[in-house]
Amino acid sequence: MQLSRRDALAALSAAGVGSLAGCGAPVASGGTDGDGSGRTVTPNEDDDRRDDEFGGHELATMVAVAGTVYPSAVDGVEGFVRTYTDGRVDGDDAYRGGIAEAVATLDEYTEGLYDARYVDLSSEDRAEALAVMSVDDVDPHPHGTDPQRVRHYLVNELLFALYASPTGASLAGLENPPGHPGGVQSYREGPDR
Amino acid sequence: MSDSHPEDGVDRSPFPRADVCVVGAGPAGALVAAEVAAAGHEVVVLDAGPRFDPDDRVERMERQLRPGADAPVWDIDPERDAYSSSGDRDYPLNAARVKGIGGTTLHWQGMVMRLHEQDFELRSSVGLGEDWPIDYDELRPYYAAAEEELSVSGAADNPFAPPREEPHPLPAFPPSYSDSLFAEACEAVGLATHSVPNARNSEPSDGASACVGYGTCKPVCPSGAKYEATRHVAAAETAGARVLDRVPVQRLEHDDAGDRVTAAVYATPDGEEHRQEAREFVVAAGGVETPRLLLLSESEAYPDGLANSSGLVGRYFMDHLFAGMGGTLDEPTRQKHVGFNTTESHQFYDRPDDSRTAIKLEFLNYAGPSPADIALSADTFGDELLDEIREGYGTHVAMGALVEQLPRRENRIRLDPSRTDGHGNPVPDVVWGVDATTRRTIERANEIQRGVLEELGVDIGWTVGPDNTGPAYHHMGTTRMGTDPTESVVNPQLRTHDLSNLTLAGSSVFVTGGAMNPTLTIAALSLKAADHIVERL
Repeated sequence: MQLSRRDALAALSAAGVGSLAGCGAPVASGGTDGDGSGRTVTPNEDDDRRDDEFGGHELATMVAVAGTVYPSAVDGVEGFVRTYTDGRVDGDDAYRGGIAEAVATLDEYTEGLYDARYVDLSSEDRAEALAVMSVDDVDPHPHGTDPQRVRHYLVNELLFALYASPTGASLAGLENPPGHPGGVQSYREGPDR
Repeated sequence: MSDSHPEDGVDRSPFPRADVCVVGAGPAGALVAAEVAAAGHEVVVLDAGPRFDPDDRVERMERQLRPGADAPVWDIDPERDAYSSSGDRDYPLNAARVKGIGGTTLHWQGMVMRLHEQDFELRSSVGLGEDWPIDYDELRPYYAAAEEELSVSGAADNPFAPPREEPHPLPAFPPSYSDSLFAEACEAVGLATHSVPNARNSEPSDGASACVGYGTCKPVCPSGAKYEATRHVAAAETAGARVLDRVPVQRLEHDDAGDRVTAAVYATPDGEEHRQEAREFVVAAGGVETPRLLLLSESEAYPDGLANSSGLVGRYFMDHLFAGMGGTLDEPTRQKHVGFNTTESHQFYDRPDDSRTAIKLEFLNYAGPSPADIALSADTFGDELLDEIREGYGTHVAMGALVEQLPRRENRIRLDPSRTDGHGNPVPDVVWGVDATTRRTIERANEIQRGVLEELGVDIGWTVGPDNTGPAYHHMGTTRMGTDPTESVVNPQLRTHDLSNLTLAGSSVFVTGGAMNPTLTIAALSLKAADHIVERL
């Protein structure tokens, strides 16, 4: 299943990024890319330039973590994560700092374990690193322990982005998940709609 | 005199020529204020909580959707909202109340049913509880007006509903797919079902959006389709009312004879106190804070609390109890698309005798976890997590019920002198328990639910019964209405027996609580109270 920029914008809407613009009229699952978001998120086509502006390493790490925690059934992960993360941290210095700090924590951990930053690990080692760090076994907390902050700012941020989006939730059969203004038709329809 | 608060520049000084002072900007206070202001009178509304920015609704939704967020959806002030709970059952008072402009309608589900005719004559019909001093026919036109004010979406397909004279303002939301799964099982067990009246727009109305399916109605609707009392606050302000936020009223003062309230003393954020004088006063602060304010306003003339010659202020606190059951089917059930219900049954509402109280049955459209709920607390990632989500989402069904609790003198709101709020006032102490009749009725609700779910073939996974039940956060009964001043606090005009210019609006005046969500009745009674106030002015 292909993740699109529209999915990233829908996830941003559920993540509370945006005003009520676009929410005043019934919105079905279609619409323009701006529907449901409010705040304009301008995707930067020049990844190199954007990497200089908001931590290219942080973004690359988010993409790498997504590759570990997302299912293999989704494609277009890099563009989705970059668009979502751009919007998520835009104008929110505290959140931007939280992500950067969590990435540094994760890197410090993997450098001690594998002598390499997280992004430089193989996919197997990336999965193992999260497990050894117990990120799979802790409750998320923005001010908690190292694993709790990695879970909050990196893992759960990405899982929320995916599974609160219509495309991600549709992997489990829910095309209008909570937080998405997907109209009042789908709840009436059976699985073979 | 001016009292511009340095933080926000808002002038919170008293209004010099107020006809009516309303305490509380929830649905009761907002409706009274809008009606009285529209009749041309000068109105001041005082609320303890803030004026929430409508543009923050989406951010508040995220707080609900993401476990681990470190802020409540609606702000709780631990000093302002402190309370005690000392009854047989713990009462989590702050779990579902909102202090601020709009009150708890910011949080509520938005279900709006009329009480039944039997609710008003429970003692004389089956020997339970007490009779109200008014009957359904007296409240009926106010119910119709309240449905208009709240833009209720509903249909006339409920064979158990009391008589009505005209359609609901907006068409009902059609039944859900999971409702259709329940239909055959309900027919097999002889349970008649029908639509649900909702205070959310099925079509755009009065400038407010139609529902767009955010699915987070309780605790926050980002689209504005769900009714919030902010609509009537805005109407009141348009008609000239002055609405002050963050001004908790500390006490009411009265004249030397003890016949009339003279002023509401309120605190501003800078710690100053002010006196708002008016010709008429309305306390509309809910079933907990309304009696608390009266008890805090004790005086030589009223040593047990203002308007409390009966000794009943705070007594007869009631709530609705939740009974529920749910599980999974071996087929998709299409849950979590919307956050409201579309089918109910009121077949077991009216009481056949004194063996049980009222039961309102609900069929949920939001049973089980969403994919994001599962993902955010999972201990697996990647393909294994997706398998877990597919296993955990999609086949849940559930039934809920509200169960009536009869008024009991020992259930009460009182002051806890051992604990004070940020202004040094004793906090409310909720003394609450569940009696045998209510427990028996919860068991009966569970029996009905089990019959339906077993007929449907549900693998039942959970039950909320008499031992693990909890409140629905419908605070009622603490300043009950009646004609006898020794047995009630307000008269049928919602005016206190003791003070001739003090009106109490809201669920605190309920004599019995039924099992219907109370807000439509709160709205109807508030419109009635507003009529009486306008007549007197």
